[in-house]
Amino acid sequence: MNRIFHSIGIVSFAAGLAIVAVSARPQEPPPAPAAQPPPAAQQQPADVGTVITSDGGAQTRIAVPDFIALSPDIETDRVAKMIAQVLFDDLNFEHDFGLIPRDTYASIPTARTLDDVPLARWRELGADAVLVGSVQKTAAGILVQVRLFDARRPEQRVQAFGKEYSGSAVNPRGYAHTIADEIHAKQRNLIGVARTKLTFASDRDGERVGGTVESRSVKEIYIADYDGANQRRVTTGRSLNIQPNWSPDARSIAYTSYRNRDGLPNIFISHIYQGLLDQFPKAPEQTFQPSWSPDGSKIAFWSTRDGNAEVYVANRDGTNVRRLTNNRGIDQSPTWSPNGTQIAFVSDRTGTPQVWVMGADGLGLRKITSESYADRPTWSPPPYNEIAYTARNGPGFDIKVIELASGMIRQFTFGEGTNESPAWAPNGRHLAFTSTRSGKVQVFVIDRAGRNLKQVTNVGNNEKPDWSK
Amino acid sequence: MVMRTAARRAALLVLVFGAVAVAACGKKTPPVARALPPPAAPSGSAAAPARPPAPPEAVPDPAVVPPEPVREDSIASASLDDLNRNSPIMPVFFEYDSSDLSGEAQAILDANATALKKYASWTITIEGHSDERGTAEYNLALGERRAVTARAYLVSLGIPGDRLRTVSYGKEFPFDPGHDDSAWSKNRRAHFVITAK
Repeated sequence: MNRIFHSIGIVSFAAGLAIVAVSARPQEPPPAPAAQPPPAAQQQPADVGTVITSDGGAQTRIAVPDFIALSPDIETDRVAKMIAQVLFDDLNFEHDFGLIPRDTYASIPTARTLDDVPLARWRELGADAVLVGSVQKTAAGILVQVRLFDARRPEQRVQAFGKEYSGSAVNPRGYAHTIADEIHAKQRNLIGVARTKLTFASDRDGERVGGTVESRSVKEIYIADYDGANQRRVTTGRSLNIQPNWSPDARSIAYTSYRNRDGLPNIFISHIYQGLLDQFPKAPEQTFQPSWSPDGSKIAFWSTRDGNAEVYVANRDGTNVRRLTNNRGIDQSPTWSPNGTQIAFVSDRTGTPQVWVMGADGLGLRKITSESYADRPTWSPPPYNEIAYTARNGPGFDIKVIELASGMIRQFTFGEGTNESPAWAPNGRHLAFTSTRSGKVQVFVIDRAGRNLKQVTNVGNNEKPDWSK
Repeated sequence: MVMRTAARRAALLVLVFGAVAVAACGKKTPPVARALPPPAAPSGSAAAPARPPAPPEAVPDPAVVPPEPVREDSIASASLDDLNRNSPIMPVFFEYDSSDLSGEAQAILDANATALKKYASWTITIEGHSDERGTAEYNLALGERRAVTARAYLVSLGIPGDRLRTVSYGKEFPFDPGHDDSAWSKNRRAHFVITAK
C-alpha cells in the first residue's frame, strides 16, 4: 500500500488517507471497491446474529456512550470519545435506528470494560440496544473493539454484533464509519454511506488564474468524507477545474479542466490513490462534464467538437468516441441509468432546457420534464427509479425529483437561495446539492424525505458535488 | 525567434563596431529588434512595409537604434498583456438567455473586424460568458453559443476562421461580481483575448 503513495503529486492528501487503510489490510482483498478500505477484523468475537428490533415495531432505540479508553493517555481518551460521537452521527444519518441523545447518558455508570456495561440501566433509559466499544493503544496504532448488546433482556447479555479493528490512529473517524456501515449491513441489510465521499469544485484557495488581464479565481477539485470532514484538495492546476465525477470504484475522479496551454476545457482523470493524472485524449474542441458508466468501462460527456453541444460516449481511455445526439439545439449534462442502458441528459431542442432520456445507443429519445428550465439530471440508484434535477422557480432554482414510472414530482427546496446540481447518495437515501441560502455557494445534504438538511462545506464557494459509490 | 536572431545580429554588429551603448539598446528594447522586417509576416502594417526577408547582412538596420523608434501605431508594438488590458477588440454583450447579435453588437464586431484586418497577424480567442442566473452547466453551452455567434459574424466579414478560437466559461468568470441587472448585463458577453500577434 505505502509503496503506491510515493508517486504522488498530492502528498498531503495521500498521507491523510493512509489512516485506517494502510496497516489494516493484512490480506489485501482483490481491487477493493471502497474508497477507504475498512480496517480488517482481526479476530471476530462470537456473534450470535441477533437482529435487534423494538417491541411493538417502533424504531429501535440505540445508545452510543463514549468508548472506553483502555490506555491511560489523553490521546486515547480523545479518540475513544470521537469514535463514539462519529458513530452516533453515522447511525443517526440514515435514520434507521432511533438514537438516544448522548446528553441523556449522564446518570448511567461508566463501564470499565466491555463486559460490565450496565445493560439494565440502559434499558431503563429506553434503549433496545447499546453500542459500546473500547480503544487501546498498540505498537502500530490502536485496537478498537466494539459490541452491540441487546438491552431488551439485559440479564441474558446477548451480543448481536462484535468486532475488533486495528490500524493507524491518524483518522479515528474511519473506524466509526466502518463500524456504522457494518452495523447497518448486519442489522438492517442496509448499505450505509459512512465510508463514501463527496467531491466538488471549490475556489476557497483564493488563487488567481495566470495569464489573464481580468482577475479570475481558480477552482480546484476537492474531496471530503460524506459528512464534510477531511476536506482535501485533489488538483493543483491553478486553473478552472469543475464538474468532478467519481469512478464507480471511487478511486478516480474525472473532471473538466482548463489547464491545457490552449485554454480549452478538456476531461482529465485523477487517480487519487496513486497520485496519477490522465488526460482523456485531447480533443480539438471543448469537452465537458464527464460521467462514468456504472460499470466503469465508459465515460459519457458533451462537447462542441462537431460545432454545437452534443452528447458523446467513449471508452474510459477515450477511444471509440460515439456521438449520441444530433440536432441544432444544446445537448449536454449526461447521466447514466443504474444498469447502464439509458442516459438522461439536457436538451433545449424544444426551446428551453429540459431533461430527456435516451438509450445508451442514442435511440429511444423521450422528454421527461416540462419545466420552464431544467438542468443537471442525476439518476438515482436502485431500488428507486428517479431522476433528480434542478428547475427554475422564480428568480432561482430548486431541486426536484421525478419518479420515472409515475411521473410524480417531489420538490426538495423552496426558494431558499438558488439550489443546483443534485447528486444522489449511493444508496439513494440522500441527495447532495448546492445552495446559496447561507451566502456563498455551499454543498448541502438532505434526506430523501426532504428533511434533515445539513451544510457540509463552509469555506469559499463549493460547487457541482458528486457522491462516491 | 525572428526577434532573437535579429537581436543577436544586432549584438554582433555592436561588437564589431564597439559601440557599447548601442549594444545595450539593441538587446533590451524589442522595438529595435522589431524594426527588422518580420520575414513571415510581410503584412505588418506600420513597419517598413516592402522589405523582403532581409538577406543575412542587412547591416545598416540595427544602427537605426537611437531612442525609441516612435511608431505612428503604438498598438502594434504593445505587449500582449498591455493590448488585452486596453484592447482595441471590444467585447459584445447579449440579452438574457440569448446569443443573438443586436445592432449595437454588430457595429462593435464590424469595428473589431476592421482592427483584425489591420493587425492581420493577430490570433484571437473569443470567450463566451453568461450571467449567473442560469445553471452552471447550461451556461457553459450558452456561453459557447455566444462565442460561436460572434466568431461566425467575424468570419462573414472576411476574418479567417483559423485566427479565431472559441472557448466558453459559462458563469465561472463574471466581469462584474454584482448580483443585479447592471452586473448581469456586463457579464453576458463575448470577450476577445489577443493570444498572438
